[in-house]
Amino acid sequence: MRRRLAAAFAWLWRYAVAGVVLRISKKRTVRRERELPASTRAETLTAALFFAAALAGLAFIAIYAFDDADTQLLGLSIAVALALVAAALILAAAQVVPQEQLEEPRPDFTHRDDVDGPKTGDIDRFSAHQQEAVEGAALTLREGADGVTRRRLLGAAGAAAGVGLGAAALVPLASLGPAVGNRLSASPWQDGVRLVEENGMPVKADDLAVGSFLTAFAEGADKEELATSLVVVRVRSEELELPADRADWAPDGILAFSKICTHAQCAVSLFRYPLFAERSPGPALVCPCHYSTFNVLDGGERIFGPAVRPLPQLPLRIADGALVAAGPLSGAVGASWGRVREEG
Amino acid sequence: MPMTTRRVLRTVESRTGGSSALTKALRYVFPDHWTFLFGEIAMYSFLILVATGTYLAFFFEPSTAHVVYHGTYAPLCGTEMTKAYASALNLSFEVQAGLLIRQVHHWAADVFLAAITVHLLRIFFTGAFRKPRDVNYYVGLTMLVLAVVEGYVGYSLLDDLLSGMGLAIGNAVALSVPVVGGQLGVLLWGGRFPGTPDFLSRLFFVHVFVFPILIATLMAIHLALIARPHHTQFRGRGRTERNVVGTPMWPAYALRSLGLFAATAAVLFALGGLVQINPIWQWGPYEPYLGTNGAQPDWYLGWLIGALRLMPHFDVVIGDYTLIPNPFWGGVLFPGAIFGFLYLWPTIERRWTGDQRPYNLLDRPRDNPTRTAIGAAVFTFVATVFFAGAADRAFVQFGVPYEFQLWMYRALAILLPVVVFFLTRTICRRLRDGGGHPARDSGARLVERPLSGPVAGYDSQAKATDKEGRPWPT
Amino acid sequence: MRRARRASMLVAAVVCGGFAIAVWAQPPVDTDSAAIPARAVLVAAASGEAKIEEGRELFEESCSSCHGFKGEGVEGQAPSLEHAGEAAADFYLRTGRMPLGQVGDEPLRGEPRYGNREIEALVAYVGALGEGPAIPNVDPAKGSVSEGMELFTDSCAGCHGIGGKGGVAIGGYAPPLGEATPTEVGEAIRVGPYLMPRFSERTITPAQVNSIARYVEQTQNPEDAGGFGIGHIGPVPEGLVAWLAALAALLLLARLIGERLGGSRADDEAEEP
Repeated sequence: MRRRLAAAFAWLWRYAVAGVVLRISKKRTVRRERELPASTRAETLTAALFFAAALAGLAFIAIYAFDDADTQLLGLSIAVALALVAAALILAAAQVVPQEQLEEPRPDFTHRDDVDGPKTGDIDRFSAHQQEAVEGAALTLREGADGVTRRRLLGAAGAAAGVGLGAAALVPLASLGPAVGNRLSASPWQDGVRLVEENGMPVKADDLAVGSFLTAFAEGADKEELATSLVVVRVRSEELELPADRADWAPDGILAFSKICTHAQCAVSLFRYPLFAERSPGPALVCPCHYSTFNVLDGGERIFGPAVRPLPQLPLRIADGALVAAGPLSGAVGASWGRVREEG
Repeated sequence: MPMTTRRVLRTVESRTGGSSALTKALRYVFPDHWTFLFGEIAMYSFLILVATGTYLAFFFEPSTAHVVYHGTYAPLCGTEMTKAYASALNLSFEVQAGLLIRQVHHWAADVFLAAITVHLLRIFFTGAFRKPRDVNYYVGLTMLVLAVVEGYVGYSLLDDLLSGMGLAIGNAVALSVPVVGGQLGVLLWGGRFPGTPDFLSRLFFVHVFVFPILIATLMAIHLALIARPHHTQFRGRGRTERNVVGTPMWPAYALRSLGLFAATAAVLFALGGLVQINPIWQWGPYEPYLGTNGAQPDWYLGWLIGALRLMPHFDVVIGDYTLIPNPFWGGVLFPGAIFGFLYLWPTIERRWTGDQRPYNLLDRPRDNPTRTAIGAAVFTFVATVFFAGAADRAFVQFGVPYEFQLWMYRALAILLPVVVFFLTRTICRRLRDGGGHPARDSGARLVERPLSGPVAGYDSQAKATDKEGRPWPT
Repeated sequence: MRRARRASMLVAAVVCGGFAIAVWAQPPVDTDSAAIPARAVLVAAASGEAKIEEGRELFEESCSSCHGFKGEGVEGQAPSLEHAGEAAADFYLRTGRMPLGQVGDEPLRGEPRYGNREIEALVAYVGALGEGPAIPNVDPAKGSVSEGMELFTDSCAGCHGIGGKGGVAIGGYAPPLGEATPTEVGEAIRVGPYLMPRFSERTITPAQVNSIARYVEQTQNPEDAGGFGIGHIGPVPEGLVAWLAALAALLLLARLIGERLGGSRADDEAEEP
């Protein structure tokens, strides 16, 4: 019994000493306004919230254990648990633990000695203490080179080594990708390449009605390759307004264009064909990303939107009822880059 | 109980000598203003991203190999797709709680960026970026850039129709960089778009390791650079440039902050369970020859789709050489200019006002009408372009013709910031000189300021006084 | 005995009342004010000639001013209907796209102007004008939803959006498909209304039309495993929720737990310096 009393007294003493020491030691710098809520109601509520959170957490586990746990129930249970924890913590922060307002000084380097000093002029006017510190650091650094005679030579040599090794370290990044070369202008299309649909079957001219469109690819080429995919549309032959050098590019009014927009490489997947041309906009291909619009009747010229280059057109001919390329595409496929117009 | 605590503390002291540092940390003072919590919301969202992301990484396969789907979602049964997309479907439909974690992760990304944005606005409009915190401001801006890219890369991993189209556009933007664009696009993608077969695993590594490490490191530096000079504070009774007044870390602030963490998690998990986000099964897999109308990027890239749609159709061509392709304007120059403005602003402000002093007290926005007006104008510019990006949805929803909207947004993007500049500056001046907030009397008063000065807002600093009203230091 | 009679009367009243309610609660067959008695429809169906005649009367009354007295079209005003076929007439009339408010307007979905009987008559008349696509027989149950999704992605999503929510088509409007019936889907595919392309039976076979219709039905009731679908149009509403629901809630919470200038916690007596 006595020992316990002694222990308790020692504990109390320790706290008293600590409290006094803390209160009087940094008199100027520690100012406290401290309020002890001592609210049993808040404490009970906090405890209740924590217990409720525990239950919600268990609910999550129970729901998870069921086959085919519903995402909504799972989310709700864990959200409720977390919300209860949040409420408990915030309540405790506001009404259970001591409420204090404390003031402490900022480190020296964040403010200037004379608070109302001039704004301009000697800008970073350090305090004397700070100046000493900076000088000390500078001196220590400089002292490291004491006795070194050919500093410039060594400096230059070190820099050279740094540059050399640094470059060596960066250079393997070049293996991430090949040189541009003619990769951006590669295309499988040339005279004689057959057009096929996604299932590999050749595209038959008769399959396409006037006002219809479909996606086609070069026979034997990788469908994912940008230049391979085409959009094939059909208009009435009388409607065509192709330039003279493309007069025979659209047999029976069937036109083929690269499906990749020349603005930012989305698939041009909108085709508008008017039922009543006299009161509607004309046939055109529209890209759904930024709405670049290309007129199909004149060979893919841009009529709206941010694209600059026309949609590359593929000359067609019909061989045994199937569509076949009669030459390469009229321009480079995909978005523009430095040499995009040189190949076209 | 106290015995265990003391035992732990003794262990720590004997191994690290860290007790005094610990005490200092426990008594570290946080100013209490509610707007200082925005950065915390961002940080807690990031922590949830890392936690949920770690879980997801165990299930996702970043592979471009093609498979045929035979899972439970009927509309895609028998469809060919990449393993990446298939594993995301599997995660959404077969893995217990998989969809919940996936959705929490995506909502957390959206909220992370929204929180950073309001945090940035608070920093800007209160002048918290001034010395000695300008370097920390750069750190924060860099984290924003990284977060935007990280989010883009993250949702593009899934190889669904919407994000695939976004990658095609990203490639076009890379190609549009003058001179080096062609090589840059080929380097990043390992060839022409859609790229080398290991492109998705490259993206995966960047998303799961490289960027999170960078962001986490910067975040640690960011916190250190806040703690060292201590947090800024608004002017008020007893608050000077040389002190910081607020709540100590332990116990109240720590509990409050943890409570905010739990609340952020609660909101994100509630959304993750109850509100659908990025239902990739409804979009289908991506192929370069497929497209859908109404495709949009995640919200924090909305300003870029707006810019790409608004910019008129011109390249810069010299002879046969395309020096500047069109996507450059909206995809590189526009965000570059905005971030350039943000990065340069502390320097611009210092040069312009000639004020090189460090500051620990914050301005209220009205205290610096010119800065607030400029910030509001730039924000208006970005927001206008942002809304332009959703013009197609506005057309479908409200019937406003699309072409008309384009012209309207172009005009607004130029005119509205000017209007906002003058309006904001006038409002700030009136509020500042009128002496109080029109809605309520805040009680926080500034020391008398001259009603007009050479450069608004940069005049006398509040005279520091202690509690008895004597000038500081005693 | 009296109780039994009362009970049977009660039962009879319930049955009659129930029947009356059931009849009254039937969805209206036509939006027109004139209700069509079932007998009249049967009689009309019996004689195709009479229907075409009725259609001609209606046509001359309401449609010829734009489409010409014999449906030959008027230059610069309205197209010829000689090869429109029953499918086009049925599509445009049932979806309320025709009659058009003003020449040159874009036809948009609305309340059909005519009742079922009148539509059938007009359809018969237009169909008789010449060769044109017949009303397709679309049965979504016979289609495959996965084939439908692939076909829809290839041929339809570019305009209508992968979720069938519609979108911009420069020069026009690709409408949402939320109200499209399977027959309307089939008709639109064959007719190519306004700016929509058209697809022959070779490009999209009748079996494929069934699949597409099935997919369209699916988009009208999509799989929302993740919760509330917020419009099924992707990141725009998602961003709105992130800002206006999530961030707003968190900012509100921050305001509650933090201090305000002139604030709540320690600075209770604000004073003028």
